[in-house]
Amino acid sequence: MATITYREALNQALSEEMRRDESVFLMGEEVAEYDGAYKVSKGLLDEFGDRRVVDTPISELGFAGLGVGAAMVGLRPVIEFMTFNFAFLALDQILNSAAKMYYMSGGQIPVPMVFRGPTGAALQLSSQHSHACDTYYAHAPGLKLVRPATPADAKGLLKASIRDADPVIFMEGEMLYNLKGEVPDPDDGDFVIPLGVADLKHEGGDVSIITHGSTVHLALQAAKKLEKDGIHADVLDLRSLRPLDVDAILESVKKTNRAVYLEEGWPYVGIGAQIVATIQEEAFDHLDAPVLRVCQADVPMPYAKNLEQLAKPSVDRVIEACNRVLYRS
Amino acid sequence: MATKVHMEALSPTMEEGQVVKWLKAEGDEIANGDVLAEIETDKATMELVARGEGILQKVLLDEGGTAAVGALIAVIAEDGEDISDLVSEGDDATGEGSGEEDEAAAKEGEEEESKEEEAEAAPERDKAPAPEEGEEGDGRVKASPLARRLAADQGIELRSIEGSGPGGRVVKRDVEKAMEEGVPDAPRTTAPDSEEDYVDVSLSQMRKTIAKRLVESLGPVPHFFLTVDVDMSRAVEARKRVNALLEKEGKKISFNDIVLKATAMALRKHPECNAHWREDHVRRFNRVHLAVAVAIDDGLITPVVRDADRKGMAEISAEVRELAGRAREKKLKPEEYSGGTFSVSNLGMFGIEDFTAVINPPEAGILAVGALEERPVARDGEVIIEPRMKITMSCDHRVIDGAQGARFLQSLTGILEEPLAALI
Amino acid sequence: MAETKTEKSKKAATGSKSEKSGVEDGLEGFSKEELHSFLKEMLLYRRFEEKAEEAYAIGKIGGFCHLHIGQEAVALGFIGPLRDDDYVFTSYRDHTQGLAKGLKPGPVMAELYGRDGGCSRGKGGSMHIFGAEEGFLGGHGIVGGQIPLAAGVGWAIRYREEDRVCLCYLGDAAVNQGAFHEALNMSAVWKLPVIYVVENNEYGMGTHFERVSALPVVERAKGTGVPAHSIDGQDVIATWRLMEELTEKARNGEGPQYVDARTYRFKGHSMSDPVHGVYRTKDEVEEKKKSEDPIVVLRDRLFDADLLSEDELDALDEQVVEIVDEAVEFADNSPFPEDEELYTHTYAEINEHGRLFFDGRDR
Repeated sequence: MATITYREALNQALSEEMRRDESVFLMGEEVAEYDGAYKVSKGLLDEFGDRRVVDTPISELGFAGLGVGAAMVGLRPVIEFMTFNFAFLALDQILNSAAKMYYMSGGQIPVPMVFRGPTGAALQLSSQHSHACDTYYAHAPGLKLVRPATPADAKGLLKASIRDADPVIFMEGEMLYNLKGEVPDPDDGDFVIPLGVADLKHEGGDVSIITHGSTVHLALQAAKKLEKDGIHADVLDLRSLRPLDVDAILESVKKTNRAVYLEEGWPYVGIGAQIVATIQEEAFDHLDAPVLRVCQADVPMPYAKNLEQLAKPSVDRVIEACNRVLYRS
Repeated sequence: MATKVHMEALSPTMEEGQVVKWLKAEGDEIANGDVLAEIETDKATMELVARGEGILQKVLLDEGGTAAVGALIAVIAEDGEDISDLVSEGDDATGEGSGEEDEAAAKEGEEEESKEEEAEAAPERDKAPAPEEGEEGDGRVKASPLARRLAADQGIELRSIEGSGPGGRVVKRDVEKAMEEGVPDAPRTTAPDSEEDYVDVSLSQMRKTIAKRLVESLGPVPHFFLTVDVDMSRAVEARKRVNALLEKEGKKISFNDIVLKATAMALRKHPECNAHWREDHVRRFNRVHLAVAVAIDDGLITPVVRDADRKGMAEISAEVRELAGRAREKKLKPEEYSGGTFSVSNLGMFGIEDFTAVINPPEAGILAVGALEERPVARDGEVIIEPRMKITMSCDHRVIDGAQGARFLQSLTGILEEPLAALI
Repeated sequence: MAETKTEKSKKAATGSKSEKSGVEDGLEGFSKEELHSFLKEMLLYRRFEEKAEEAYAIGKIGGFCHLHIGQEAVALGFIGPLRDDDYVFTSYRDHTQGLAKGLKPGPVMAELYGRDGGCSRGKGGSMHIFGAEEGFLGGHGIVGGQIPLAAGVGWAIRYREEDRVCLCYLGDAAVNQGAFHEALNMSAVWKLPVIYVVENNEYGMGTHFERVSALPVVERAKGTGVPAHSIDGQDVIATWRLMEELTEKARNGEGPQYVDARTYRFKGHSMSDPVHGVYRTKDEVEEKKKSEDPIVVLRDRLFDADLLSEDELDALDEQVVEIVDEAVEFADNSPFPEDEELYTHTYAEINEHGRLFFDGRDR
């Protein structure tokens, strides 16, 4: 085990996969000479050259579609968006081309590729750079959606995503890149985490806090605080939203009889709405309280520091929701 | 060879089209691809082109006329060709089309119709099993799904638990507390509450008519009566043996206990008799709660033996004795004399040979049990003396029909005449 | 990776080129057999589309259905000179380009019928004809959506250092999409072997190109640095010659090319649109049909050069009618997809863990 940052873990995953498979290449804005806007691709240009590490014009629609075309004939592109906020320009190619190609060609043309980059809010980046974009992609059959929260998950899941036969949306967190954590040493063998397996990051039994992505860390802080109060929480990190580890969700909820869903995005038609629907459909008789959600306030992200704090989900709001489902006031 | 001109689907959503203008008249020479008419679709005015050549012999749809897609609207044929068959086909098929496609279209139409019917019928079906809670109005108990399940598993009535959740919601911890502290007579007093315990049957038109007509004839509950005369020889035998076994425990069962047990078992086999009349539907219960008529000083009360079909005779016996005792002392709680699904009244101890009992609404049936007496009966051409018992069933004709009641009594008689059958 | 093939496409290889026809007739370099095969091929496209139109009218084909009648020379003239291992993309008006790239008429017709035997298993329909094996990478339904995809295939060819080319058709209306300019720019920057051919039939649905573009089609690639050409798209010989030249350049690493192929659509935009209407007059359509039908143009040139007789023409037409009838029979006999097919091909990899479908299917 070595302690490395989330950014270094992604870098390891990319370089290992590019070494392993000649058909993998990285393309996006500032990924080559600049080493990546968030330095995820640092050193890759030196090792792999400009054939496989490619700076693009600022043409999200264009290079996303170019990646899909390359995947259609068997390459395995990794397309980096500087942030998923900019990927809305590319949604047509992601939803209409990548997600549907295999189906509408009657199974002739798979699209094995990864679209990756950060999503969600950092600090005071205001409305157009703080958008949590998960739900748009989780909605569409044909796509897979992965949200790693730790360096180890980032590495293991990116490697699995690159190897997957379908288009994978791989969302990172701007505030996670500096996060340090233990990751198995590259010398100890190929470290791959299969998609569709949630991870119980904290084990309790009184209440299930279910979440994904950056908010996993918020949930862990809340669990720690609740512990002092004698409340033991499960913190379940879904890690991928399609495929979704429904078994793990149900197992935790059946144990605790109550759940809180925590996410960066907005509540209306968010990921949490689907999770709540799944829980009530499949664990109804195990529920002792309505499932609650903690989300971003239902407004565009404001710039002012105090308002931004109010808009984002917080540890206090998670604890408050837990107390409500536990009928503690 | 003649070419049929059909109303064509000129837009993806077009179901019928209107002839705006015929560009060719009867008698005109037609080449393949000629524009025959302008057709107004749901989207635009389109051209209908000829798919054959010859003379436009017959136009079957006037300008301004509308026809369904697939309908024959004209015939192109060689000069002098006989097209009378085609034309007559067009006459009765206008608006419906003709030929193969039309059959398909007609079939589709039918399917759609039946779908519509289904769609219309569906809401009614949904209406029928009205949630019990809604019906009872003020009786609704707020409880979490988990608390409901736990309480049902434990046989604890939710009503008896005070909820600590928001708005008095009964939650898991409340049920757990109730389990620890114990609820008086808890396992025995569960009302038929959970949906698994009954089936609601919507009323057919016939059933509604029967209900209305019979009420007019006989009063609010239209009774009819069925009597059986039961050979009790084996029951007498069985009772002796059972009591011999129970002697050590100082317990004893009565003939009435045997009747109760047999009734409960027969009811389980005939849920149509184990039912309530609920004005807009019939509720058939999956559990058997027998109301047993007990005479008290100034009247009559019917304590309920719950789940009688699942209890042994000794248990039934002890419970009836205990309930009857408290009934006479007027110490029964309301839940102990309500919630019955069927009643039994026994006047045998008064020497009554047979009688009829009055139904206790909303129940649909009651048994009137007469005295066990030795009576002469003819068997195989000889007169022999046997212990016999007459049982008369009163049925609510809105719920139970004659044959249904008779079949129930057949099962009951079968058990009483061969108690071993109960073991099969 | 498929092995790069080097032999000439079958069509171009039929007959020998040494036989010269007349000097002034513009047919130099093409044998009689080749010229007959061109005529036969275009007749096949025409008859195929006519059958599709008929099948649509009686409800065998549903949804949107865009016919290529009038634009046959653009399909043959640009795809004909390609090698079997080259790639083709196009928009939703895609039936005949599929045939031109080697898809069999039966599976293409069955796809229009929504049958299991369709080239896309009945899941794509008229707008999504695919033939991975034939290098036909689809009909695409979003205007301009296929252009970045073609650039991506060009990228892959360059990445693998192959000498294939990718042909990308687009309609004239697509040059107003952002995807067009983004893709052409990247193609030029990276010298991708992609030939972009605008099927310029003057109208984007019911809007004449001049109403929505300040510059003519051929000039719209100007800002990207991709060399532009303009050609009479109703002249199969001229398009064929141009395409031979452009593929040669693309194979040699000279980068992308852009062609404005002027053509005309004889039918409505789709089956739900009138042939003419408020946006164009009947006279305009009739005039174009008379003077610019690509099949008639070639036929008359062959008549004039004494390379075709009426009997030979009839024989060719009979042959293609038979082929199209067989295609219809194939489609009619092909079963509808099984109910289970609803879910197949959504994902190429069903992961071992977790749920992928949320409608209760894999609960």
